[in-house]
Amino acid sequence: MKAVCWMGREKVSVEDVPDPQILNPRDAIVRITSTCICGSDLHLYNGFMPTMEQGDIVGHEFMGEIVEVGPGISADKLKVGDRVVVPFTIACGNCFFCQRQLWSSCDNSNPNAYIAETMMGYTPSGLFGYTHMLGGYAGGQAQYARVPFADVGPVKVPAGIPDEKVVFLSDIFPTGYFGAENCNIQPGDTVAIWGCGPVGQFAIFSAFLLGAERVIAIDHIPERLQMAQRGGAETINFDEVDDVVQALKDMTGNIGPDSCMDAVGMEADGHGLLYMYDRAKQAVRLQTERPIALRQAIQACRKGGTVSVPGVYGGFIDKMPMGAFMNKGLTMKTGQTHMMRYMKPLLERIESGEIDPSFVMTHRVPLTEAPQMYRTFRDKQDKCVKVVLDPWADGAKAA
Amino acid sequence: MAQAASIQPGNARGGSTRSLDVQRWGALIGGAALALYGLSRRSPLGMAIAAGGGALAFAGARPNAKREPIARSSVQVNCSPEKAYQFWRNFENLPRFMHHLESVRVTGDNRSEWVAIGPMNSRVKWNAEIVNERDNELIVWRSLPGSEVSVEGSVEFRRASGDRGTVMDVMTTYRPPAGAVGRAVAKMFGKDPSFLMRQDLRRFKALIETGEIPTVEGQTHGPRDVMTAAARMVDPDRPLPRGASMTEVAAARRRAS
Repeated sequence: MKAVCWMGREKVSVEDVPDPQILNPRDAIVRITSTCICGSDLHLYNGFMPTMEQGDIVGHEFMGEIVEVGPGISADKLKVGDRVVVPFTIACGNCFFCQRQLWSSCDNSNPNAYIAETMMGYTPSGLFGYTHMLGGYAGGQAQYARVPFADVGPVKVPAGIPDEKVVFLSDIFPTGYFGAENCNIQPGDTVAIWGCGPVGQFAIFSAFLLGAERVIAIDHIPERLQMAQRGGAETINFDEVDDVVQALKDMTGNIGPDSCMDAVGMEADGHGLLYMYDRAKQAVRLQTERPIALRQAIQACRKGGTVSVPGVYGGFIDKMPMGAFMNKGLTMKTGQTHMMRYMKPLLERIESGEIDPSFVMTHRVPLTEAPQMYRTFRDKQDKCVKVVLDPWADGAKAA
Repeated sequence: MAQAASIQPGNARGGSTRSLDVQRWGALIGGAALALYGLSRRSPLGMAIAAGGGALAFAGARPNAKREPIARSSVQVNCSPEKAYQFWRNFENLPRFMHHLESVRVTGDNRSEWVAIGPMNSRVKWNAEIVNERDNELIVWRSLPGSEVSVEGSVEFRRASGDRGTVMDVMTTYRPPAGAVGRAVAKMFGKDPSFLMRQDLRRFKALIETGEIPTVEGQTHGPRDVMTAAARMVDPDRPLPRGASMTEVAAARRRAS
């Protein structure tokens, strides 16, 4: 089959590799019909996540049709022919954490738990195509994928709904929702969201859904800010203001947003001396992250407010404004998304027509074009917001 | 994750190991500093200081040969003590999650024959018997006199607080004989037997909770580079990821060697 392989920093290529096989009783094999490039894949592409190996198949947002199931899966749970969306987190359903709905903390899905333990104390769940530290599972930017614990994660979707409406249930839609839920929104609240990428867009939708009265979105890519405005948000272009924190104060009568969300993560863009400092330190590997958005979110949040962090971090940060965090009595909520809590309820909202998530998709191209699309998406060229890859297409198709 | 090497209160061993580490690091750093200082003096006395410092640093850097051959670890599993006990009590189940074991055959009521895989695909055999047990609480076993290797093991099961399943405390001690077999046994358990036991218990937990052990062994992938392929061939169980940080690689190497 064809698969997108990580071959080194800023190097991905489409390789012919053997088809995946069932390795455990509760595995299934899915024939992938749609698969996406995620913003967090860019952290791999840029070489900022440790424990990647040359030849690793990447991708963690995919859906398709079940073509084989292991002997440990009962037919009432999953069978050949089912059309499913696969969540990016792998969860066993049996451990302490899964039974408390903390799916992305599953204790039994990371075969390389000991590596994650050296960095984080304990391991989170295994993820598809996202470093050996987090399992080393082959990812879903391919024609087929092996799905472990397939009787727990994949959600069946009825025929008749096109892929592009449901494929974002694999990560970014639930992740945006989870980020908004973590904002602890009370009726009438103002929520500030750093990052108007796909997760930020779904977070804007979800924040309004959960009762926010105002959402202020922060980015510097014009088409992403326009997309946020179409979603009902006010926007700040950080290229056009001197100080994002001051701009937020001015927009909120000097009180500050009730909740601040960092939907950017470890490779934030910004301006000024501190940004240059972070870039330099990250480039020579003295810190693993550039936490510009996170620092601003903590600084801007109103006293007693909540900081929600759906953006991905992998290691250690510098100059965390702990004084602001402590003295203002803030709460921070974060984590990889507990996918299985949200996939079915959000699927119902899609089925009822309340939201059509395909609005974030700007590119739908054959899998073979993945290497160029990584660059286009990373450099935000061609008004790129979200790329969906078709593993079986021959020619390019515009979105 | 409810897994950690158990450091029990009042356990003097934990403390002494730590002070030993401090001593070794002290010797390494102090010795290296002396050596540099001596070299910088460019005189006979300086050379003597440098030599002394070098010897001290070498002693500090040398792996500690007198480590007690003991492994202990603890794990919380999401099942009843009865279920965990019954699974373990059938020793023939042990090789399913203890990767250094090839097979265990139950030969009598309390007796069993164990075969472990040593370096270079060699085999080490011993016979063991259960010397103490309480239903759903405790199993203690010991190799029979005259075995190639002397092994003792115990596992305790107790109900976890708050209806969270079972906490198991596991300990094994082995005294390898002199000679080739001894070296094979020592190699088998590695320099960090507790780490290997933690890995075993992690597999036990996954097996009893989910019915399988998570793996990516044998999955498909693209072309590997030479270094990654070599590292995987040497140690398929424990990849040394190419992009890993220096400290991670050092820690993984230390455990694996």
